[in-house]
Amino acid sequence: MGKYIYMDNSATTQVKEEVLEEMLPYFREYYGNPSSVYSLASKSKIAVEKARDQVAKAIGADNKEIFFTGGGTESDNWLIKGLAYSNKEKGNHIITCKIEHHAVLHTCEYLEKQGFQVTYLDVDEDGLIDLDELRKAINDKTILISIMFANNEIGTIQPIKEIGALAKENGIYFHTDAVQAIGHIDIDVKDLNIDALSMSAHKFYGPKGVGALYLRRGLRIDPLISGGGQEKRRRGGTENVPGIVGMGKAIELAVDNMEESNKRLILLRDSLIEKIEKKISHIKLNGHRTQRLPGNVNFCFEFIEGESLLLSLDMVGIAASSGSACTSGSLDPSHVLMGIGLTHEIAHGSLRLSLGDFNTEDEIDYVVDNLATIVDRLRQMSPLYEDIKGE
Amino acid sequence: MYSEKVMDHFMNPRNVGEIENPDGVGEVGNVKCGDIMRMYLKIKDDTIEDVKFKTFGCGSAIASSSMATELIKGKTISQAMEITNKAVAEALDGLPPIKMHCSVLAEQAIKSALLDYSQKNNIQIEGLEDMDFDDDHHHDIIEE
Repeated sequence: MGKYIYMDNSATTQVKEEVLEEMLPYFREYYGNPSSVYSLASKSKIAVEKARDQVAKAIGADNKEIFFTGGGTESDNWLIKGLAYSNKEKGNHIITCKIEHHAVLHTCEYLEKQGFQVTYLDVDEDGLIDLDELRKAINDKTILISIMFANNEIGTIQPIKEIGALAKENGIYFHTDAVQAIGHIDIDVKDLNIDALSMSAHKFYGPKGVGALYLRRGLRIDPLISGGGQEKRRRGGTENVPGIVGMGKAIELAVDNMEESNKRLILLRDSLIEKIEKKISHIKLNGHRTQRLPGNVNFCFEFIEGESLLLSLDMVGIAASSGSACTSGSLDPSHVLMGIGLTHEIAHGSLRLSLGDFNTEDEIDYVVDNLATIVDRLRQMSPLYEDIKGE
Repeated sequence: MYSEKVMDHFMNPRNVGEIENPDGVGEVGNVKCGDIMRMYLKIKDDTIEDVKFKTFGCGSAIASSSMATELIKGKTISQAMEITNKAVAEALDGLPPIKMHCSVLAEQAIKSALLDYSQKNNIQIEGLEDMDFDDDHHHDIIEE
């Protein structure tokens, strides 16, 4: 394939060269198990602890508050289940919102079956929760508020500091799934009153299969994965040393480059939004116009369906994603698009273009030109478009 | 995930469009599920002289519509009535199991258009008496 434009950076990112370089020695040269006593193993141990420092520094935490996991989904599962079980004497009520990632939603649904009560807050048309609604949802049985930092589909950033303050005021733990935010938003967990935070390395140019959970000092939760004494006996299993090393390097790079990278991404994002809005009619921008992730663009195109849009884009070398039913593998379009109040009809025609450090302005123009042609071709085939043409 | 034939019929669909003053029009599916097929027929002396379609839906819905029109063009009504969803899927070198409902929709679109023709002309077409275009069930995965 000739030209290939990757605009699905919210799904995953390409591992950066510098990150891979750091990881490689830990596959063949320093392959020791960090738990062993000989000197080869201590190389691995030191590398894991260095990465822990890098992750801690990136979010203003102490290195003792960082626990490595197998990714964002595990971090979410561990925190929510672990905190619920270890606090069930205090209460059985959890507050979250309707547009969370499935790692949070399905975990909460599982806990409901175990007797916990969960409030799923609504969001407004931009995807923001209402702080008054949150306040009203709190009761004397509430043990946890879990609200995502930024949404993976529509990019909307929640008022995290205010949520953190509200949780603190009421003596409730606050967890945030920050998988999409880390590396793009300056996060200081102490300043934002965050008690627990989930992250995943492959969203910021690190490797897949590794993540971390930040747990504020003193917050005890039951383990999800029982086993050996790794991660201070809180997460069993031999450490994914190369992955952890890669995560440490990737987060360091992401934080160091954040200002510059965001400046670029916001310019590209706004240029992409502006050009699409100028060139294509009958569309809707999803998510908050300004309070959104630097690389997130999400539109609905009326009268057409998302999967046919993705297939057509792929034919001209563009990788993107959609929240249509045909791509979600279920009957309904994405719960996020339904959550912001879109009708099925509109939600089926969604397209997410998520930009990253490797995208360029030239690519924006190529994508907009091709997108306009493709949308027009699909609309010419659509009976829904035929019906409105005469109006 | 799709066969080359599906991609060909998706990228270069046959018989897209409308027919002015058609002899029969059928529409199946609904926007809630994300696919609608509309099929237009021109029928002369019991033969489908022309057929056009418009489809809102995924790649396999568009490819299934296109293939269905190819399979019935120039055929007699009773030959068209014999086209099953399996025939559409096989002609496309297969569809993924989760997309089989698209071929069901294509078969239903043909029959729905023929039903419209039969009603307009007050004739009976064998096999259409009990047709039920209940599109709430077309998403059920059909195991082959």
